[in-house]
This record gives sequence, C-alpha cells and structure tokens, in this order.
Amino acid sequence: MAFIVNRKKLTLAEKLYLPAIFSGLAITWKHMKRALFGKGIITMQYPEEKWDKHLPEWYRGAPTLVKDETGRERCVACQLCEFICPPRAITIEPMEIPDGSHWRKVEKKPRAFDIDMARCIYCGLCEEVCPEQAIFLRKDYSITGLSRDQMVNHKDKLYEMGGVMNGLVIKWNEKK
Amino acid sequence: MDDFSNFISHFFSPAAWTFLKTLGERLMSPIGFLIWTTFLKSTILLGIILGLVSYTVYAERRVSALIQDRLGPNRVGWQGLLQPIADAAKLLLKENFTPKNANYFYFRLAPKLVMIPPILVLGVLPFGSSLFGVQMTIASINVGAIYVLAISSISVYGIVLAGWASNSKYPFLGGIRSTSQMISYELSLALSIVPIFMVVGSLNLNTIVQYQVEQGWMIAPFWPQGMNWHALLHPAAAWQAIAAGMSLRHLLLWIPLIISFFIFFVSMFAETNRLPFDLPEAEQELIGGYHTEYSSMGFALFFLGEYTAMISGAGVITTLFLGGWSLPFIPDGSHGWVWGLINIGAFFAKIIALLFVFIWVRWTLPRFRYDQLMKLGWYFFFELAIVNIFLTALILTYVK
Repeated sequence: MAFIVNRKKLTLAEKLYLPAIFSGLAITWKHMKRALFGKGIITMQYPEEKWDKHLPEWYRGAPTLVKDETGRERCVACQLCEFICPPRAITIEPMEIPDGSHWRKVEKKPRAFDIDMARCIYCGLCEEVCPEQAIFLRKDYSITGLSRDQMVNHKDKLYEMGGVMNGLVIKWNEKK
Repeated sequence: MDDFSNFISHFFSPAAWTFLKTLGERLMSPIGFLIWTTFLKSTILLGIILGLVSYTVYAERRVSALIQDRLGPNRVGWQGLLQPIADAAKLLLKENFTPKNANYFYFRLAPKLVMIPPILVLGVLPFGSSLFGVQMTIASINVGAIYVLAISSISVYGIVLAGWASNSKYPFLGGIRSTSQMISYELSLALSIVPIFMVVGSLNLNTIVQYQVEQGWMIAPFWPQGMNWHALLHPAAAWQAIAAGMSLRHLLLWIPLIISFFIFFVSMFAETNRLPFDLPEAEQELIGGYHTEYSSMGFALFFLGEYTAMISGAGVITTLFLGGWSLPFIPDGSHGWVWGLINIGAFFAKIIALLFVFIWVRWTLPRFRYDQLMKLGWYFFFELAIVNIFLTALILTYVK
C-alpha cells in the first residue's frame, strides 16, 4: 500500500534559504568569537596535557609482570600466556629454581620473559589465562622505539613497570 | 643634477659611462619605463599574492578550528605561523606520482591550467591608485571585465581535464560535476555584472574604480566626490555631500546593484569551487574528486590554485562592487606616495575581509546537491540577472 509522507509546507522565508543561512552564520560567528578568547575549546594538546587521570580501572595498556609482597617473582614459567597470545608476542625461556633457594618448592621461574610490543594487541588474554596472577595489563599506552629491538620489553623492564601486586595467590606461602 | 652626473662619471671609464648613460636613457624613455615598471609591479604583486595564498590556507585552518571549538595548527612557529612553510616543504619533498593508466600529457597539464588563470586575472585588477606617478595596474585594458570573465573560466578546463586524464572513476565524476556546475553559474555570473557596465559606461576596471571614487561604492553609493579631507574637517560640507548622494537616481540604482552584487558573490563561490558549491571536490562522496590521483606538487597546484582563485575572485568583487582601492576621506596616490601605499593597503584589506567571509561561509553551510545548484542557477539567478539588466536600463533611461 502506498504510504504518503506529509511534508510540511515551507514558508517563503524557508524557501528563500537566506534567513537560515544568516542564522547559521550567526551561530558559527558566536562559536568563533568565544573560541578566539580561549573559551569553550575542547582540544587537548596531547604531549603536554594527558587524559591519564581519567583512564578507567579496567584500561588495557602494556602487559607487565608483578612480584608479590615478599619480592618473589609471581611468574612460574608455565607458558600459558605464551600459548594463548594471539599475535605470539610473548616469548618465555623457563629455568629451574636451584636447590637451596627459599622458593625451591615453586620449581620454575622464567629465565627470560620478552614481550614484543610491536606485536602486542592489548587483548588481555595473558592476564586472563594466568593461573598465578603474575601478568597484568597496566595503564602505559605510549610505547615507542626507534627499532624493532627497542620495542621488545625484557624481563627487568617488565618487573620495573609492573611493581608489586598484593594478590590472592598465597599457595606458595610457608604456612600452606 | 648635471654636476652630480659629471662627478659620478669620473669613477667610470668613458666606454662604461657611455653605456650606463644610454642604459639610463633607454630605461627612462616611455617604452623602457613601461617595461621595467610593469616587470617590477608584476614581480611584487605575484610575491604578495603567493604569500597571501599560503597564509589563506593557514587562516582557513585556524578559522575553521575556531568555528568548530578547536585550536588548529599552533605548533610550527609562534601560533603556528610557520605552518605554510612546513606544508610547502612537505609537498615539495613528496613523490610526484603518475598513475599507470593516466594520460601523462593531460594529467600533467591539468594542474597548471588550474593555477595559471587566477594569476592572469590579477594582471588587470587595479590594486592601487598610483605610486610615484606609476599607475598601480599591470595592464589597464579596455576589455578588462570581459578579460576577467573569459580567463577565470579557463580553470574549469583544468578540472575537467584532470578528471578525464586521471582515468579513474572519482576524478571523472568530479570532472562531470564541474562541467554541469559551470554551465549553471557562468551565465548568471556574467549577466549579473552587466548593470555595472551600464551605469559606468566602460569595461575598463580602472574606469569602474574611478567611477566609484567619484560616485560612491557600488554597494554603498553614499559619498559622491565631496567626501574628502575637506569634508571631514567641515561637517557642513560632509552633510552636503551625503545629501548629494541621496538623490533619487542613486537610491533607485542601488536596488539593481545590490541584487547584482548578491548574484555575483554567490556565483563566485561556485566559480572558486568553494562550499556550498564544491561539488567537483566533495571530499565526503568523491574522495577529493578531480584531484584524487594527484600527489606532491600536482596536488599542491590544485590546492593553491583554488586559493589563488579565491583571492583573484575577491579582488574582482572588490574592484567591481567595493570601490577597489578607494576609502572615503583618503585621497589617491597623486597626493603623495603615503596615500598610494594606503590605497594598496585598502585594496588588500578588502580582499582579506572577503576571504574571511569565504572561509566563514565554507564552515557554516552544507553542500548543495547538484540538481539543486543547477536549479538555483537556471531557474533563479539567470532570470533575476536578466530582469536586473532591464530594471537598470529603465532607471537609467527615465530617472535623471
């Protein structure tokens, strides 16, 4: 069935365009006058001004490694994150914790832990999959480097960025 | 003077002195004088215009930013004032790429055809009264206005040629739109200024400006000759001058002149491919239209050509309607070189004000659809311009 849309009948002023054009010009003039005196400008001048304070709690920035409150590396080199990483950005080289060490019962820790930030897609699967809560996506987002090598975060860098995290994983504590 | 030249001649060998003397005589002979002053004027005017072009691009970016509550380019130099130089360096250093299936000759010719006409138009515009007795027009020709109309429409060929030679669909659509746009605005553009020629009785742009100095600007014919220094100091004389300007003939002629100003101004937006009539470009629908395939200086010539066209268009509007270089109470260059410089400044100030309006309108209005533009051109402006001519004729014949 044909359906007829009833168009509003335009007045002469509307047909002439001109009043609408001039009111439009008045609006842009008002904006320009305000902006000229620095009012109402919404531009954020990036390197000087940042939005960091307003980043949400769940923001997914660069992945980092964390230590627990006693200074133990949380990572047990299970390599689950390496396997789940979609772009294969993570490379882990595990090692055995030597005899006589305080944390001998943990058995493994990473000798090398590299995250290639040129590959990382900030998906957060490594954080989700980690059974030890050792890897977290923090709020660093401005990651730059002049070569591919510089884009790789090594273990020291990852711990430095990650810091200490007091968490729920207490299964390695002595009382247990 | 003779003593001085005798004194100077001691520093040169006789042969060199004769050479310098004949050179001086040649340069001061009427033809020689015309040649070197014309050359000097052209160079300086071209320099000013090209500088103005690059800073119009900067102004466009800053003004559009302010209108949209942004900041715009403010990093290169103080408040971003060196941005045009950075842009030019970037464009020069880019690869000048020609697509494989493009027609090389026409593809390379097109950008030049867009850039050259607006510069040629500048040649006949009176950009000042006179300086040291030299008329500040490069070529004061009697067909000035016709020349302007003829030359400025050549740049459309550049756009159409670019669209065709690129051998790609978006440029092609841009070229087609440009053609359809040209046939809709060009008629009203030319017809709208006929009343001016009827009123002034000449096509020479210098004569038109001179008329406006004497009779008041075309869009504000209120200050016939009485408006000079004398009138400023003696209010009675000023009132007399204004009263003389308020004659019935002046007021009646004002109506068709305002109409023709309106039509010419709107058509100028179409002529320079600016919003609301930037159909050949239409970056949202045609990916840039006719200059999609261009890079580096090819693109730069289109881009700068658009702004040069804006400037020469603003110059034509200024000359025809806004009194050219004249300002009320300011004498012309024959009263001293300071006044000559002020006249030149007035001309460029008017151009800059018009350029601001161009930019302001661009960032306010949405684009017309191209059937709407054709309708506007053919059903409205064309008729209005023709009626306007007859209206002017009637007033000129019956109101003395």
